[in-house]
Amino acid sequence: MPTELKTGKVAIHATINTEPTDWLSEPRETLLEALRDRLGLTGSKEGCGNGNCGACAVLMEGRLVNSCCVLAVEAEGASITTVEGCGTPEGLSPIQRCFLEEAALQCGFCTPGFIVATKALLEKTPNPTEDEIRWWLAGNLCRCTGYDKIVRAVQNAAAAMGGN
Amino acid sequence: MATETKYRVIGTRPVRPDGVDKVTGRALYGADIVLPRMAHARVLRSPHAHARIRSIDTRQAEALTGVLAVVTAKDLPDVDAILMVGEGGDVNMRHASHNILAHDKALYEGHAVAAVAATSPHIALEALKRIVVDYEALPPVIDVRKAMEPEATLLHEDQFTDTAGEKSEKPSNIASHTIAEEGDIEKGFAEAKVVVEREFVTQTVHQGYIEPHAAVAEWRSDGFLTLWCPTQGAFAVRQQCAQILQHPASHIKVVPTEIGGGFGGKISVYLEPVAAILSRKTGRPIKILMDRAEVLMGTGPTPGTYIKVKMGVDAEGNITAAQALLAYDAGAYPGSPVGAGCMTVFAPYRLKNVRIDGYDVLVNKPKSAAYRAPGATVAEFATETVVDEICEQMGLDPLEFRLKNGAKEGDWRPFGPPYTRIGAIECVEAAQGSDHWKAPLEHEAPNGKRRGRGVASGYWMNWGGTSSCTGRLNGDGSVFLLEGSTDIGGTRASIAMQFAEAFGVDYAQVIPQVVDTDTVGYNDVTGGSRTTFGTGYAAHALAQKMQRDIVEKLAPIWEVEPDTITVEGACYASNGKSATIMEVAKLLDEKGIQVVSSVTTSPHNSSGAFATHIADVEVDSETGKVDVVRYTAVQDAGKAIHPAYVEGQMQGGVAQGIGWALNEEYFYDSAGKLRNATLLDYRMPTTLDVPPIETIIVEVPSPDHPYGVRGAGEVPIVPPPAAIANAIYDAVGVRLQTLPMSPAKVCAAILAKEGAA
Amino acid sequence: MRALQYAAPRSLEEAITLLQEGGPHARILAGGTDLLPQISDAVRDVAVVVDGKKIPELMHLSFDPERGLTIGAAVPCYRIYEDPIIQQHYPGLVDSASIIGGIAIQGRASLGGNLCNSGPAADSTPMLIAYGATARIAGPEGERKVPVEDFCTAPGRNVLHPGELLISLHLPTPAPRTSARYLRFIPRNEMDIAIVGVGVCLTLAETENTITAARIALGAVAPTPLFVPEAGAFLVGKAPDAEAFAGAAALAQAAARPISDMRSTAEHRKHLAGVLTRRALQGALERITTS
Repeated sequence: MPTELKTGKVAIHATINTEPTDWLSEPRETLLEALRDRLGLTGSKEGCGNGNCGACAVLMEGRLVNSCCVLAVEAEGASITTVEGCGTPEGLSPIQRCFLEEAALQCGFCTPGFIVATKALLEKTPNPTEDEIRWWLAGNLCRCTGYDKIVRAVQNAAAAMGGN
Repeated sequence: MATETKYRVIGTRPVRPDGVDKVTGRALYGADIVLPRMAHARVLRSPHAHARIRSIDTRQAEALTGVLAVVTAKDLPDVDAILMVGEGGDVNMRHASHNILAHDKALYEGHAVAAVAATSPHIALEALKRIVVDYEALPPVIDVRKAMEPEATLLHEDQFTDTAGEKSEKPSNIASHTIAEEGDIEKGFAEAKVVVEREFVTQTVHQGYIEPHAAVAEWRSDGFLTLWCPTQGAFAVRQQCAQILQHPASHIKVVPTEIGGGFGGKISVYLEPVAAILSRKTGRPIKILMDRAEVLMGTGPTPGTYIKVKMGVDAEGNITAAQALLAYDAGAYPGSPVGAGCMTVFAPYRLKNVRIDGYDVLVNKPKSAAYRAPGATVAEFATETVVDEICEQMGLDPLEFRLKNGAKEGDWRPFGPPYTRIGAIECVEAAQGSDHWKAPLEHEAPNGKRRGRGVASGYWMNWGGTSSCTGRLNGDGSVFLLEGSTDIGGTRASIAMQFAEAFGVDYAQVIPQVVDTDTVGYNDVTGGSRTTFGTGYAAHALAQKMQRDIVEKLAPIWEVEPDTITVEGACYASNGKSATIMEVAKLLDEKGIQVVSSVTTSPHNSSGAFATHIADVEVDSETGKVDVVRYTAVQDAGKAIHPAYVEGQMQGGVAQGIGWALNEEYFYDSAGKLRNATLLDYRMPTTLDVPPIETIIVEVPSPDHPYGVRGAGEVPIVPPPAAIANAIYDAVGVRLQTLPMSPAKVCAAILAKEGAA
Repeated sequence: MRALQYAAPRSLEEAITLLQEGGPHARILAGGTDLLPQISDAVRDVAVVVDGKKIPELMHLSFDPERGLTIGAAVPCYRIYEDPIIQQHYPGLVDSASIIGGIAIQGRASLGGNLCNSGPAADSTPMLIAYGATARIAGPEGERKVPVEDFCTAPGRNVLHPGELLISLHLPTPAPRTSARYLRFIPRNEMDIAIVGVGVCLTLAETENTITAARIALGAVAPTPLFVPEAGAFLVGKAPDAEAFAGAAALAQAAARPISDMRSTAEHRKHLAGVLTRRALQGALERITTS
């Protein structure tokens, strides 16, 4: 059966923060636009539109990606984790708690991207060195903190999650 | 007002009240606002750096399916008023209006020319391509020195040079010439043993907040406009929009959303009036966004500059004279922070003979806006590297030099009263005592690179401004604290902490909210390092007022005269009766008695904050790559209300300073077009580009604040470029007099030195 | 973005048909980290996006000791640097793949996409050239192979004809005592486009301390990634010492013809070409001698 060339809005089914989710997107919409404008998940942010700041970072099939560089239609059948799936006010993750306790955020705009990126890091490397932390997070820009307290928060989160 | 006081709340590190929403992605920023029937808008911008706009044809755009309205400058009323908005700067509202949507000229690449509202953002963008603008390209003026030449192409035919109130005969791109003088510099330089004079050139840089601008506008049928936007000042937005739209401020409500960074760049409006007129035209709420390229091209970066600094020092190491020429490019309209540059260029020093000339110069770049200690960083880059050179020539220790010549209480400064109590000396002493300064430095690193160490000082003023707060006592003893200072760095917490301290309650009982312009009294912008200082001052005053109001309401219940009730912290007592605030709150609530109090305060500007920084760099002499490998920031915070947030301000300012020092610049081609309007090539520091940043908070209490607070947010960006430049010199023996000190420049300087050897 | 059409074909034949039908406005989508921002900024005029990630050959990654390494065109960088065989046999590819744009970019971006984007400063291309890689291309006329050093023809342009797509990249099995190194110079410490990139592959004789093969390629110093055969040829038969490396570096530097732009000056790039070539050669040598 030949593959269909999709022209108008496409029905997409994906698993978003463990929930089966269906929506419609035009082919030209990015995953970031779909999350924010179609699904009301405004936690992921647009900072640059071209993969240079990490504010839109999500996990796709467990991999850290910039959702501004993924088309919504590419998410068909995928499992996606956004910051909203990283913890809730009633059930903050250790990463989120450590960011709060270390004052690792000021304006908070880059924070969702950092939370998601940190989650991916600690799943892969439960006990990262400072160099490994900085290397992994180099794609997430923060203009407020100078990164110092973010690194401390990640180190504390690793320890809290039993990384030692 | 002694720092030896033991505080209950001040000095602790509670979690900020808005933090949970921010780490879970629930906090709502400007672009997150959604309203029913909302439509989407985008802006068309000039591709030319300088052009006459002959005509704009919007018909094809209007005909596109999904387009709801198109606007140009014709849809804005004519405006003429002057308005005060920011840190003591008058804003010409006609210029501001023309900056929103260009009138007869596009004055920079990125200047907004038209805007479209459509049913989707994609359609709006497609429609922009169909707007036909007939431009007559004019020669662009990009370099500040070229712009000052008598035969330079003029941006405004009606702009003259204002020199101390006197208008020049002929029009000029030099909008103003400011002069500050004291003593006799001729005599002073004659007395010097060593005189060093250097010229400096710095490039335009941007505040670089990660959140682009956004605005949402909605009209009510009775002519009331509501605006949602990320802003440093909801009242500033209201005032500007009132002027630009010629609509009464009382009919405009500005709801400040969470803001993803400002640093001075989110005080002037750009999108708000456009959203308003599109909303009025379409009858629908309008959300308008900028992408990153628009942020870089169409908002307010900080000036590129040409600076000359000359300093003379006698045989004993005392400064005998200092002179500076500061030429800042204001962009398309007057109003660069050259005045502040003049105020800060020699601020760390006690001077008898000084002359400072400041020039505000028009060029075909976006209209400059404030960027964290506006005007000071480049000025200190110049002065602190000249000082370093003098110290080297005379064999003086750079920190000892700063102690010897350091500014003290009572010393003169340009354009303002003499310093009151300041901590310049204390900062230098703390730097001397730091582990960093005492750590030995190996100039030859094991990896073959060269290491060096440099120091620099900096200063920034403290604006008092006006702040209002309202407090409402709840029956359970909690207090709603309504304030209007938007929170860009944790000030909700520091303001709540000051209230809690003064009111006698726990921090957790204070529920701070940043509210809209209808709900609280006037607040000046969050900026000028004033928020923890000024709004904290108001919170302290509010606590005292609430206590008095409570006393008034308690007295009849206790059947005593109000003046017999004493309040000590949380304890209310009279003639043997006593109750804690919790008990009083419950009592009043049971009796249905409300306590709602408001204050507005305007503490006068404080003497400000000094900082001294130490930077260690590693230079790869074969490539010119500079890495900052160790950094210590010493800063006088007066009193650190929430130390973690003071540290955060210091670290954030340092990181921005490192970017400014090494990599950030607007790169223009010969046609005046910006080549690097992306975050790929406008290079801000990543996690790998800054070291751990050690912070040392010095506390020399400000005499102007009940807890001694000094503004902390701005001074940390001032010393880094000079400290790094001095460290590079220590490492490889080359002095750079341009910013940024990018690898190509460092490499060329090293090769030139080797070639000359 | 302008309106797009999207298809995710499951075979090469379908992909070729879609590309032909879409004409010059059809383009293969791999990781999307270059293509999507380019479409958004109207740098590339694309109307039809043909997603290659459901075509098995494009996602294939395998090593055969006889035939070498096969990397599907859409295989993302993270699969390259996480692969133990590539880590062992092709460490230069690990160098390249792990510095392209940061972890999130590497979650999607592919070496094939990097090559087809045909930027002069691509981080993977010089290394692929140094490894002697070949591009396997499929199109309406059938299949063909092109050495990677011949693939790019101008900034943003390459040898692909209308209807053609890159299937995979092939790297020969390295001879014993071979290793490689990719180095680049950037102004920050990550997230930048290379100001200069150098990929080198060195082979030493089995028992003597003599270079038997060397390939050197430069990025960001010419309109396309630059293979410098004379620099590699210079090294053959010589001992891998500082003098030999300096000589090769001088030849590489001489071949470089960079421009001045917003990222650096021509002088700086030319100078760096020599410095990085020398350092990359040293790095490849250390890998051989320590393995």
